[in-house]
Amino acid sequence: MADVKMHLWRGDAGGGEFREYRLPAQEGEVVLDVVHRIQATQANDLAVRWNCKAGKCGSCSAEINGKPRLMCMTRMDTFTEGETITVAPMRTFPIIRDLVTDVSFNFEMAKRVPPFKPRPREADGTHRMAQRDVDRPQEFHKCIECFLCQDVCHVIRDHEENKKHYAGPRMFVRYASLEMNPLDTDDRRELLKNEMGIGFCNITKCCTEVCPEHIKITDNAIIPLKERVVDRSYDPAAWIGRKILRRG
Amino acid sequence: MAKANEYETHDFDVLVIGAGGAGLRAAIEAHALGVRTGIVCKSLLGKAHTVMAEGGIAAAMGNVYPEDNWKVHFRDTMRGGKMLNNWRMAQLHAQEAPDRVAELEEWGALFDRTPDGRILQRDFGGHRYARLAHVGDRTGLEMIRTLQQRAVAQNIDVFMECAIRSLLTADDGRVCGAVGYWRESGRFVVFRAHAVVLATGGLGKAFRFTTNSWESTGNGQALALQAGADLMDMEFLQFHPTGMVWPPSVRGLLVTEGVRGDGGTLKNSEGRRFMFDYVPEMFRAETADTEEEADRWYTDKVNARRTPDLLPRDEVARAINSEVKAGRGSPHGGVYLDIASRRSEEYIRRRLPSMYHQFKELAGVDITKEPMEVGPTCHYMMGGIRVDPDSEATTVAGLYAAGEAAAGLHGSNRLGGNSLSDLIVFGRRAGMAAAEYAKARGEELSVNSTQVEAAIEDSLAPFSREEGESPYDLQHDLQDTMQSLVGIIRTESELVEAIDKIEQLKERASKVRVEGHRQFNPGWHLAMDLQSLLTVSECLARSALARKESRGGHTRQDYPKPDPQFAKINHVTRLVNGELQVVAEPLPEIPADLEELIEEPAVPTGIQAISQSGPAPKEGN
Ligand SMILES: Cc1cc2nc3c(=O)[nH]c(=O)nc-3n(C[C@H](O)[C@H](O)[C@H](O)COP(=O)(O)OP(=O)(O)OC[C@H]3O[C@@H](n4cnc5c(N)ncnc54)[C@H](O)[C@@H]3O)c2cc1C
Ligand code: SF4
Ligand code: SF4
Ligand code: FES
Repeated sequence: MADVKMHLWRGDAGGGEFREYRLPAQEGEVVLDVVHRIQATQANDLAVRWNCKAGKCGSCSAEINGKPRLMCMTRMDTFTEGETITVAPMRTFPIIRDLVTDVSFNFEMAKRVPPFKPRPREADGTHRMAQRDVDRPQEFHKCIECFLCQDVCHVIRDHEENKKHYAGPRMFVRYASLEMNPLDTDDRRELLKNEMGIGFCNITKCCTEVCPEHIKITDNAIIPLKERVVDRSYDPAAWIGRKILRRG
Repeated sequence: MAKANEYETHDFDVLVIGAGGAGLRAAIEAHALGVRTGIVCKSLLGKAHTVMAEGGIAAAMGNVYPEDNWKVHFRDTMRGGKMLNNWRMAQLHAQEAPDRVAELEEWGALFDRTPDGRILQRDFGGHRYARLAHVGDRTGLEMIRTLQQRAVAQNIDVFMECAIRSLLTADDGRVCGAVGYWRESGRFVVFRAHAVVLATGGLGKAFRFTTNSWESTGNGQALALQAGADLMDMEFLQFHPTGMVWPPSVRGLLVTEGVRGDGGTLKNSEGRRFMFDYVPEMFRAETADTEEEADRWYTDKVNARRTPDLLPRDEVARAINSEVKAGRGSPHGGVYLDIASRRSEEYIRRRLPSMYHQFKELAGVDITKEPMEVGPTCHYMMGGIRVDPDSEATTVAGLYAAGEAAAGLHGSNRLGGNSLSDLIVFGRRAGMAAAEYAKARGEELSVNSTQVEAAIEDSLAPFSREEGESPYDLQHDLQDTMQSLVGIIRTESELVEAIDKIEQLKERASKVRVEGHRQFNPGWHLAMDLQSLLTVSECLARSALARKESRGGHTRQDYPKPDPQFAKINHVTRLVNGELQVVAEPLPEIPADLEELIEEPAVPTGIQAISQSGPAPKEGN
């Protein structure tokens, strides 16, 4: 096998550059393995986040040859032999160091989500829900918070100023999971419209394309939320009634 | 370079170290009791190891089998742990798990449902009934998200990407705070706190092939030991029978037991279902002895006994090891796990979506069409910090521990699903006891600045060395030592050799050098974590040497059988004048009424599923 050639972005908030690393190829590797080998042998202080190495924790997001992806789920054999592979940090978030970015925007937005507010339990102490009624919100619960959808969304990519009033696709998925939870009794539509900026999304579907969990962010979360938000017959009592009746 | 007296200070009544299931649950409880509570974690919130748990949470809710109750769960846990479990912990765990699961649902978790709309439960090894509440094969994600969102909604202070380096103690020996550093900036932080809860998880990174992430470096166990607390059962490490073996880069990655729970079987290179050859005496009466009966069990628990594929993990891991040694392994040194020939594609993709995904994307294997290659991988630490069963208090005042970092519940071997339930049952109890203790202590907080500065100086030392080894090389050597000498099958000469090698590694580690500066520098972080990895590795090897028998997660080639003498003791590890000591202590005596439960007849009669649990007939559904 030919050597692997990788260009890694090295630097911090003050600036940086792509640096080239070469190392022997090994069978069955993913991009994260190569990054780790560079770290262990050529650049001990290379900053990179990871945890599970199995696409389950959403820590290792980066832009690989310009595409937002998980490093641990990008196999080296998807590139042509000898091709130079470029790995850069996510662009939408401020750089901390090397491949590590400051994703605190997402955690700040998460703090503003009004929490789950369940209806009372049944007389026997259980909550009853049919599987078909939890299928949809379960899709949203698959989110591993990799923030790749946030990274790719043009409303905030290169538009730092929009972050103040735009929650972004990850958070819309979260809102949708609450709004479509059969047990939830809260109504977050006004907030979505007035403070979370759902109106700014113009359904380009770029977020859906990069989601490693294959969540249909636009079709299943954002569009239904948009429909609810513009629903003219807004009446809190009817809203709650409809949520409960939707079961069955 | 910054000076050792430059640091920020934060005050809390209860400081929780760790934001996995145990830490989050502890913090939620402490906060609910009205004390100032902070959480510290090495990664971002929501990325702790708990996120990787797949199969489910064990809780005797009886939603699928109404015959299930805490007594049966207690029995299964004790038998699975070969009776070395702390009986009181096993009792509390079995009794409280159902309420804790219901509480998760109340906080927003969406478990898979039974046909009558309740929480569905699936079969897992060693559990008599289908008992694991689950969400497909991503239950840990559901748990951590639910708890994380609850903690955020309660406005609990979280210090993300902040790692604790050492605990601070007062003159009377009690714990009064901790020193840590921000990973991002490399700056130091001092926490002053009345009580500290250690919920730092496991230590799998001491081994080469493991399901664990970089975080699992035994920090909590080492911190406790250094603060004067006892560790217990450090010889008991669980090798999960089914890790991926190919390609090399994913070797060790977990293949959930849910595959077998949902109908997958283990086969050797001759196509033989070899588990029938490895049923130990203790489980013979409740295990099927023909393939026909084993297959029938998935749908008929009334007349059939369970398949040997679902024996407790220690038994299955040893069996696989023996098959491979006997030359009946798969091409890459594992055995086959086959669900493709037994379940429909639709069924596999619905029940095991992330396994499907994992094999497809990382190994290029379609598990709906081909068998998987699997072999044992280092997975879970049964031993850890010794705690009081009711309060999770350690042997040092003000210090509590819960989750994988603590010992006791699982004895010598943990049953699948019993960890996630452990986290929420004992996380809550630890949070509660720590809050009560802090309240009783009143207002005043103080720490000793000499201790703080010593910790900071020690942390910075690797930067000041002109030459020295790379921490990555040392970690590599330690992992090789542990993997080859303290692995799944152990023997005296190899354990002695391991202890000797660890001693040399400690010497080398004291001279390790790191490059670059303090800002987000993984090499430096590893240099610090190496110290705890070495400490816990030594505890493991020394305890393993002391236990001259085979039991649960500890197998000795030179003492292949369980020994009744060792059935009566736990090994306790502590530092005495800087020297590690391993002492045998008698097990607490179990009350007669609970002991009777364990000896209950193995095969119950008249079990009736009120609704179809996961496993479906071959055609799928
Ligand atoms: C792949 C996989 C699948 C599993 N599946 C199941 C299953 O189906 N059912 C089941 O019951 N169990 C399962 N387990 C086991 C279970 O997931 C773990 O035992 C459990 O999640 C451990 O939780 P914890 O809260 O104790 O610690 P963890 O989740 O490991 O969290 C530890 C926390 O401590 C923090 N920490 C550590 N050291 C420091 C420090 N020095 N300073 C600051 N913070 C620190 C970490 O950052 C982290 O936040 C599985 C394990 C794996 C690996
Ligand atoms: S569909 Fe909306 S949220 Fe998604 S990337 Fe486009 S604008 Fe952003
Ligand atoms: S919705 Fe998908 S892309 Fe966005 S954070 Fe979640 S998993 Fe990542
Ligand atoms: S390391 Fe967890 S998603 Fe890549």
